[in-house]
Amino acid sequence: MKRGNPALAAYVTLVYFFLLGPLFIVAAAAFSGSNFLEFPPSSLSLKWFANILAVSAFLETFIVSLQIAVLGTFLSLVIGVPAAYALSRSAVPGRGVLQAIFVSPVIVPGVVLGFSLLRFYNVQGGVPVFQTLLIGHTLIVLPYSIRVISSSLANFEPAIEEAAISLGCPRWRTFFVVVLPNIRAGVMAAFILAFITSMNNVPVSVFLTGPGVSTLPIQMLSYVENFFDPTIASLSVVLIATTAGFMFLIERTLGLSYFAR
Amino acid sequence: MRYSSVYLLCVPALVLVGLLLAAPLYSTVAQTFGGEVALFGRYGAFFENAFNRDVFFRTLKIALITTVIAAALGYPTAYFISQAGPKWRSLLILCAVLPLLTSSVVRSFSWIVILGRKGSVNTLLMKLHVIDAPLRLLFNEISVVIGLTYLFLPLMILSLVGVMENIEDDLMDAATSLGAPRIKAFFAVIVPLSLPGLVVGAVLVFTGSLTSFTTPQLLGGDGSTVLSTLIFRQAMVLFDWDGAATIATMMVVLTLSVITAINMAARRLNPAA
Repeated sequence: MKRGNPALAAYVTLVYFFLLGPLFIVAAAAFSGSNFLEFPPSSLSLKWFANILAVSAFLETFIVSLQIAVLGTFLSLVIGVPAAYALSRSAVPGRGVLQAIFVSPVIVPGVVLGFSLLRFYNVQGGVPVFQTLLIGHTLIVLPYSIRVISSSLANFEPAIEEAAISLGCPRWRTFFVVVLPNIRAGVMAAFILAFITSMNNVPVSVFLTGPGVSTLPIQMLSYVENFFDPTIASLSVVLIATTAGFMFLIERTLGLSYFAR
Repeated sequence: MRYSSVYLLCVPALVLVGLLLAAPLYSTVAQTFGGEVALFGRYGAFFENAFNRDVFFRTLKIALITTVIAAALGYPTAYFISQAGPKWRSLLILCAVLPLLTSSVVRSFSWIVILGRKGSVNTLLMKLHVIDAPLRLLFNEISVVIGLTYLFLPLMILSLVGVMENIEDDLMDAATSLGAPRIKAFFAVIVPLSLPGLVVGAVLVFTGSLTSFTTPQLLGGDGSTVLSTLIFRQAMVLFDWDGAATIATMMVVLTLSVITAINMAARRLNPAA
């Protein structure tokens, strides 16, 4: 800052206390030896971390979450990348409308989407819960995939691929040999963002649970509502650490400035 | 690229959104108009019920308060970030993104640890002998607003930083060198130019708060039901599918109206943007 304003700096410090404090408090409560959630903890222990593994539902729902997130993200990229590429390289009539359609799932409220999918596919259509969840998660991550891939394509110089095409390389081959390797970082970032979005989703998944099928956030939600011990705090520490690891990956691939856009 | 191949490459995404998303949504909206009731009869019945009316207006009120607080906390913070050196800037952005990418269950849960009976606030106040018995700080509208502000503040900050970073420093320098006091230059230069960022942030925070489920579910009580938790109760506890579909339709209409209204207001305030 050129002329530092102490009042502003103090205000911003408080805002960051508000942003980060709760995560620190959860982390501290996770190491409590008490049977109740407390901060500051009166004794220290790792037993609540062990309890994550003792509650088998956490591992089971984690596996479902992982399957849905990986499959949904993969599908959204397979479907989203061709669309993003086509729209970035040609000004077809209706381009704006198509772009708006592709990011529209983000403005549908999550609970509305979850309820509608449950009603239409699972209850009326007889589609199993897992497949319905997969449709839902593919839909909610599609806008993220398309947005990140589009911005990554916009930064890629079209002259490079035009050179390949003018030298006789077919367009589909140019895409795989020239374009795709150059937007690697964007694809990676899209995958991570979509994956995190899917792993964290509650409002869509909360409607789509069935025998043997539920996701980790939903399991955590019901655990918080029924138990008051620090297990969720320990699990939160694991998840926050994983998120921080992913952020490190994004920082390395696309740069964190991506988020401030 | 030929137009036909462009459209062809868009077909999978169109099928996904146009068919797999639009069909269930259409079906939900259609359900609210079917059966033996007058046109809009279900909406009339919804608002005749005092409890539902309270839920509807409470949802709007909570979303509005959250947006105002997020703007008040986020605006100065974003300005500070945009003025900071590159090292500080990326660190501060990083610290705003970390909570954003953390599960909403974890973030809402953290406020249970802070505001709960044996939480940090009660422990502190009891130690200081300000109170004798723990206060009931959770499961009310205030705890929901706190949780939602916590949830969406990073979105407000990031939307604003994105716009403020692109405001040329020269503009501020020009204003101050021509004699404007710094504070006046700030309101004449930075505020109008950062308005688009504020609008994007406000839309994100308002619609996010309007439709958020996890936070009101965990931090709210019976007296602080909102539309999203009401929909869940109607569908999954009471199995009142018509009722749930009615609320779902209202939420979609509400979200779209808010986005349109805020964007229109922004255009009127700043025709250049």
